Amino acid sequence: MHAIEIKNLNKTYDNGFVALKDISFSIAEGDFFALLGPNGAGKSTTLGILCGLVRKTSGQVRVMGRDLDQDPQAVRRLLGVVPQEFNFNQFEKVDDIIYNQAGYYGLSRRQVRPQLETLLKALDLWDKRDSQARQLSGGMKRRLMIARALIHQPKLIILDEPTAGVDIEIRRSMWQFMRELNQQGTSIILTTHYLEEAENLCPNLAIIQKGEIIANTSTKALLSQMEQTTFVLDSFATLDHLPMLPEVQLQALSATSFSLQLPKGADLAQVMASLQQHGIRVQSIRPQSNRLEELFMQLVQQPKAQQPKAQQSKAKAVTGQSTGSRPTSEV
Amino acid sequence: MIQHPYWVMFATIVSKEITRFTRIWPQTLLPPAITMLLYFIIFGNLIGSRIGTMGGLDYMSFIVPGLIMMSVITNSYGNVSSSFFSNKFQRSIEEMLVAPVPNWVILAGFVGGGMLRGLIVAGIVTLVSLFFTSLQVHSLAVMLLVVLLTAMVFSLAGLINGVFARKFDDISIIPTFVLTPLTYLGGVFFSITLLPSIWQSLAMANPILYMVNAFRYGVHGVSDIPVLWALALLSLLAGVFWFWALRLLSIGKGLKQ
Repeated sequence: MHAIEIKNLNKTYDNGFVALKDISFSIAEGDFFALLGPNGAGKSTTLGILCGLVRKTSGQVRVMGRDLDQDPQAVRRLLGVVPQEFNFNQFEKVDDIIYNQAGYYGLSRRQVRPQLETLLKALDLWDKRDSQARQLSGGMKRRLMIARALIHQPKLIILDEPTAGVDIEIRRSMWQFMRELNQQGTSIILTTHYLEEAENLCPNLAIIQKGEIIANTSTKALLSQMEQTTFVLDSFATLDHLPMLPEVQLQALSATSFSLQLPKGADLAQVMASLQQHGIRVQSIRPQSNRLEELFMQLVQQPKAQQPKAQQSKAKAVTGQSTGSRPTSEV
Repeated sequence: MIQHPYWVMFATIVSKEITRFTRIWPQTLLPPAITMLLYFIIFGNLIGSRIGTMGGLDYMSFIVPGLIMMSVITNSYGNVSSSFFSNKFQRSIEEMLVAPVPNWVILAGFVGGGMLRGLIVAGIVTLVSLFFTSLQVHSLAVMLLVVLLTAMVFSLAGLINGVFARKFDDISIIPTFVLTPLTYLGGVFFSITLLPSIWQSLAMANPILYMVNAFRYGVHGVSDIPVLWALALLSLLAGVFWFWALRLLSIGKGLKQ
């Protein structure tokens, strides 16, 4: 069964702005799926339609086999929503916000008390349960919204930029939390501007631009289509000149650093050996940007006609743990 | 015992409303007590003693039912309009909209909260009035029916105002320019029999006149209008506002894009 099935979804706002143009995609049950795209591309509109805050113009949406039009209440029971912006009453206490949310799902305080304790402890908010929401830090507020979304134990959770503005330490602990949640069987749909986050967590993704899906595949398949990867290298000594090497392009960035464009299929070890032969001793190497970020920029910047057809192929249902690959290395 | 989910949803919204207006009691519960205390001292005691009787009652006894109704009207309306608009403004209304809460439960929850504040304030004002006069109960059924229906009508009207409001100013326009004039001209401080006949006919078009007089009937057994008309009007307004508000919620007016 699909966690989400979207067919021919269209949305035109009252002011005439066409936010979604006949998009279709599906997400397998148990998947950790990234929905990526530039600002204003239609990500939040898609998620808004899923959780009932935006009315679709046409099209079909099914969540765990339930049709949004025919059975909206069942769909809402299946979903947990973590929105992009803080949308709780800042003057309410942390535990009241979560208890009230449970109440909106028809669950009494007594019923959800153990779940509330588990969530607040897991998200490191237990000591703050009696504090007013406005007294929390930005990271805590984000985690409060995650706890709130999970109190009724949804089958599918929508995370709309859950780690925006959160420091790296908390972001990593949130990733771990989300990973565990996914491993326990919760399907997750994530939007994020941190493409490293999507690459780390999500085995499958779709990229949306100007209301259209321009890529919908597995993260691995998408990354394998990269024509080239750019690395930044630092050398031990000052560089007088850069050698000409076959296949790769080198460009000086400073006295001791340079970039290296490595085409798909080229052997990095061989390139490193050639650099050594030319007297360049490499101190460190790192990707110029996140791989997915590089590909994302290539995709959203080129006209639709030039986008590789394979990238528009239907996502295969890949479930479970993400690939977790990250090409950062120190040599 | 597992409670029905709809009951839990309703109770959650109502208890959230109670928490809100009791947390900010200096803004919600204290001002009506102070204002009404001043009304009783100035209009009831100081000026009222010179007026003598009104509608067959001493002036203090005459104005008490009207002032209680005035408190119910302004507090029920104000509670729902400001709470609903704040929820909309802070987007915390989305907590309900993403959950499987039926629109009629959302409506009943907000209206329940507004009615409770109206009734609590009515209780406070009644207690304050007891320092100045003794109150009788002519018909408890009429009193309760009128006060409950009035609180309901104005809670519903407050929600409709909250739905249409786009900024905080928009929730003070109706109370300032509509409710206050209608209340002051609605027989709180005078019997309409004092008015020339043409003004009497005009006053009959003011729905608040019916509420105030019906409540005064419940307390003193005295009214300028037939009480059944008042109850029919209140029921009609409650029905019309209920379906209007429900329609606005179901189309997502001001809530969904």
